[in-house]
Amino acid sequence: MMKERKTVIECRNVSKTFYSMAGDNLVVDNLNFNVYENEFVVLFGPGQCGKSTILNLIAGLEKPTGGEIIVSGEKVTGPSPKRGMVYQTTNLFMWYTVMQNVEFGPKMQGVPKKVRRERAQKYIDLVGLKGFEKHFPVKLSGGMQQRVGIARAYANEPELICMDEPFGHLDAQTRYLMEEEVERISNSDRRTVVFVTNNAEEAIYLADRIILLHNCPTSVHKEYIVDLPRPRDYTSPDFLALREQITAEMDNTL
Amino acid sequence: MNTEKINTAKKQKRKYQIISVLSVCVFLLVWYLATAVFELAPSYSLPSPVKVFNTFLTKLHSKAPDGATLPKHFISSLQVAMLGYLLGAVIGVPLGIAMGWFKTVDKIVRPVFDLIKPIPPIALIPVMIVVFGISIKAKAVLIFFSTVIPCITNSYSGIRQTKQIHLWVSQTFGASNMQMLFTVASPSALPMIFAGLRVAMGSSWMALVAAELLASTSGLGYLISIGRSLLRSDLIIVGILCLGMINIVLTAIFNLVEKRFVRGGKDE
Repeated sequence: MMKERKTVIECRNVSKTFYSMAGDNLVVDNLNFNVYENEFVVLFGPGQCGKSTILNLIAGLEKPTGGEIIVSGEKVTGPSPKRGMVYQTTNLFMWYTVMQNVEFGPKMQGVPKKVRRERAQKYIDLVGLKGFEKHFPVKLSGGMQQRVGIARAYANEPELICMDEPFGHLDAQTRYLMEEEVERISNSDRRTVVFVTNNAEEAIYLADRIILLHNCPTSVHKEYIVDLPRPRDYTSPDFLALREQITAEMDNTL
Repeated sequence: MNTEKINTAKKQKRKYQIISVLSVCVFLLVWYLATAVFELAPSYSLPSPVKVFNTFLTKLHSKAPDGATLPKHFISSLQVAMLGYLLGAVIGVPLGIAMGWFKTVDKIVRPVFDLIKPIPPIALIPVMIVVFGISIKAKAVLIFFSTVIPCITNSYSGIRQTKQIHLWVSQTFGASNMQMLFTVASPSALPMIFAGLRVAMGSSWMALVAAELLASTSGLGYLISIGRSLLRSDLIIVGILCLGMINIVLTAIFNLVEKRFVRGGKDE
């Protein structure tokens, strides 16, 4: 069954070293994994282990120092509108309204105004921000800003969306809400998602497959296929058992 | 609950307004007491506010002793200031943006710019008089210089302070270099650019008055310098207060324009 699915991301022996005056710093070491079409993959690992670097490599914002990354059959050489990003901190364009932020991607692609407005509206509605189109990001709460960021990534209709700890800065309450939201969004608009987190609960709640990473220099430590029925219950025995298992395994990576 | 909150804010605002008016009144009262009542200074060196106000009223229509009415002086100054300022802004802001974004432009312009930058505009007055004579041109060029430098400096640093992550975001959306400049770098630099325009407004006004004091045939600076040579301190004070008030009005207009253009507020 695995063979039938289309491979979206292929990481082949990827490594990344940062060169600085203080010395070379190997962050990603011989990383190999695949992501298949419409799969929700969570990259899960301890803090500071180089998870964000992996996403930047996939997005093409950084270049690997060894190996190669292939996305949809093409080698990654630089950033592309086919690969959307949602970042850790909110980084909306503060000088644009919610609508202008969300329609930014299509606008850069030269999509006519009427079409891109409609598309942006669809995703604004999808993340539950109807009525806030004309607001500026400063007026929104952290959770709402992150929703705009997600809508902005989706509105460009990329093949692949990378999310880099998008809820890391939110309070616990909002975090649960946003996790449900992402679950809902990815149900109604299925896309390939690579989601980075260091929160085991979040990983199990969202993932089709969890890739557990080593501590820095990072590489794949272990993979878990999560086949609990959705929407998942944080308190179900299966959920808790898996959580225990993954958390225990994470200690081994340190 | 909510209405109570708004009222408190309003009350506070009104309180501060009252305090502001009071402080101006106290200033005038002290001035009046020191001159008209206690006569601490002879009236030809420091006239009372009443006398200054009377001079102001007569100067609104009378041409004596300097050859023009106050509104005429005012318009003459404002004209020159606007001409030089707009020219400086129109050239300075795009140039600063280009220097911040394109390395080649920076490399070409910077050597000349670094040479001109530290020169106080007032030091250029003699050169301007030699080149252009005592004309509107000399003053306009002078104001142009005092405007263009803060405009370039601020636009440049505004562009340079564009957040890397914003550039990354726009790259992942496939923005071209020019698209990034116009949709990301320039709008994010806008608050800095406006700060530069504000600084330029102050320094250009200063340069203008200095030029008018030294060599001119009209304008508020000219009025002040005539007042000095005739020992008419009331005239001098009328000129000075007019300068102060013009600045208040211009700043208010500037704030409105800034509010219109700088939208969305600051990043956290």
